[in-house]
Amino acid sequence: MTTETRTHVPAPSVAGPPDDGLDAARVSWSTAGRLILDGVDVTAPAGAVSGLLGPNGSGKSTLLRVLAGVQPPSDDGRDDGARVVFAGADLLALPRRRRARTLAFVEQEASTDLPVTVLDAVLLGRIPHRSPLAGDSADDRAAARRALDAVDAAGLADREVTTLSGGERQRVHMARALAQEPALILLDEPTNHLDIAAQLDALRILRALADRGVTVLAALHDLHLAAQHCDHVVLLSGGRVVAAGAVGDVLVPDVLDPVYGVRTEVLTHPRTGRPVLTFSPR
Amino acid sequence: MTTAVRRRRAPAVEPVETAATPGARRGAAWWLPVAAVVLVATVLVAVTIGPADLTVADVWRSVATHLGLGGALGLEPLGALPDGMVWELRLPRVLTAAAVGAGLAVCGVVMQSLTRNPLADPYLLGLSSGASLGAVLVLVAGLTVLLPLAAFGGAVAALAAALGLAGAIGTITPTRTVLAGLAVSQLAAAATSFVIFWSATGDSYREILSWLMGSVAGATWTSVAIAGVAVLVLGTLLASTGSVLDAFTFGDTAAAALGVPVARVRWLLLVGVALLTGALVSQSGAIGFVGLILPHAVRMLTGARHRLLLPLSALCGASFLVWADTLARTVFAPREVPVGIVTAAIGAPVFALLLWRGRRIA
Repeated sequence: MTTETRTHVPAPSVAGPPDDGLDAARVSWSTAGRLILDGVDVTAPAGAVSGLLGPNGSGKSTLLRVLAGVQPPSDDGRDDGARVVFAGADLLALPRRRRARTLAFVEQEASTDLPVTVLDAVLLGRIPHRSPLAGDSADDRAAARRALDAVDAAGLADREVTTLSGGERQRVHMARALAQEPALILLDEPTNHLDIAAQLDALRILRALADRGVTVLAALHDLHLAAQHCDHVVLLSGGRVVAAGAVGDVLVPDVLDPVYGVRTEVLTHPRTGRPVLTFSPR
Repeated sequence: MTTAVRRRRAPAVEPVETAATPGARRGAAWWLPVAAVVLVATVLVAVTIGPADLTVADVWRSVATHLGLGGALGLEPLGALPDGMVWELRLPRVLTAAAVGAGLAVCGVVMQSLTRNPLADPYLLGLSSGASLGAVLVLVAGLTVLLPLAAFGGAVAALAAALGLAGAIGTITPTRTVLAGLAVSQLAAAATSFVIFWSATGDSYREILSWLMGSVAGATWTSVAIAGVAVLVLGTLLASTGSVLDAFTFGDTAAAALGVPVARVRWLLLVGVALLTGALVSQSGAIGFVGLILPHAVRMLTGARHRLLLPLSALCGASFLVWADTLARTVFAPREVPVGIVTAAIGAPVFALLLWRGRRIA
């Protein structure tokens, strides 16, 4: 699709509604009478890595799932006029298959017991691109190979998914998402349970995607990683947006301390010049 | 891009694994024509086995004559007795076994994938218990003619109860479906036991037991028609859902993210499986193990992709059940054992072996 050929100039940390990225407004979701998301507005500029931050239970995963269209509707049936626009199109109104060609979602823990090879797992990402009755075309296989190359996992193609390490498996899930050739990729804690080298691998892959013009929105637990690798961050707390904008504006003690109940100090990375966060009990 | 994906660690490739499993898989498409040829040969040979010395040529002569091709092919009609043996007794039985085996294997694949449960089989939603209850009720009442109808009705009623229960709790998820099926299944089994305990005597007891174990002994051309049409229509529809079932490999959310309408697909496939299983059970009783083990065995040949797994399971299931039934009617000849005993006797050790060799399927 368009992603491969688009030559979008990377937009460095733009706050406010992007002309070409994700723009969601008034997203709410509730279950069993509990409001999990309360009128969340979130934007993610095209060509940038946006981080979705917040304490446990702040609604990060639910927000991503609603944006990805994989969350069942609220059980009280309310949606309060949520609007999820990407590149000018209403995402939630798109037919499912078309949405799956625009948007890919990498969930936090997707596992299988089945004896499926890495290449076959990545080929699943081609399902929205072909007729339900068709097999893999040469194009599908080429796209899967490209996706594996992009996450540096070509050497794993013939391995079985169940035999992979956590970091390898995460890259394969990313490759499966890339095989969908999305213009928007949503990831739920892509660095969870990974060792530090694998975490950096995952974030490098996201950066490479953003450099190709893909809109990247990743829920991250680790504020330190977010400070190092994101252009734009959105901070959630209790189902509401507390702050959104450039890393330097949001990841500051005044914003973080009340949300997390800690004391934050911001240092400067000696080599990259990016903010380094340290925390102590309040 | 190049800087971003620069490797820092040595590529983690294990040559042993690469050479072993997927190499076998790549040639797996060849199993399809092989399995088809094996099935045809199985049918022709299985019909000749048993008392009265028949040959494959005899079978061929009888079939050709009945299809009105005898004259054109210059074949002599078979004598009345052997012809009756082939055309009225053994062929319907063998073909019914083939249809039932194919259908159960396909249903087993679909149920296992849909519920992501390696122990799922076509009867998971209480279908066999429901069918058994229906069948036992009419057998006890002496209304044997109504047996297929009652069995089918029981299966569909059990499905409706299971899905209704699962739906009443909330969205139809795999776990809820399995649990609801379990509840319905236990209830129907208790009712069946009660009816047998209360009113079965002598002959009907034996008849009931034989039906509960599964058998194609009484198969007629009507059985072939019912099981065959069900397999050709519903089985083909189910077998064509390979891509959709593939999408469930990493669970419901992953399937939804690939554009699959998860809830609707689950409903449709469960209903399809139930109708097909109900039709098969009405003809053969609840034959166990075929729908559980065949999918696992075939998956070891083909890997988890459904486009090959579904049709190959159908072909293998058909051949397997024909041979199981041939054993059931010959091993203790002239006595017959229910084919369900044979499938369990073969299936259980094979399953154990697969588990031991695969170590990953469960």
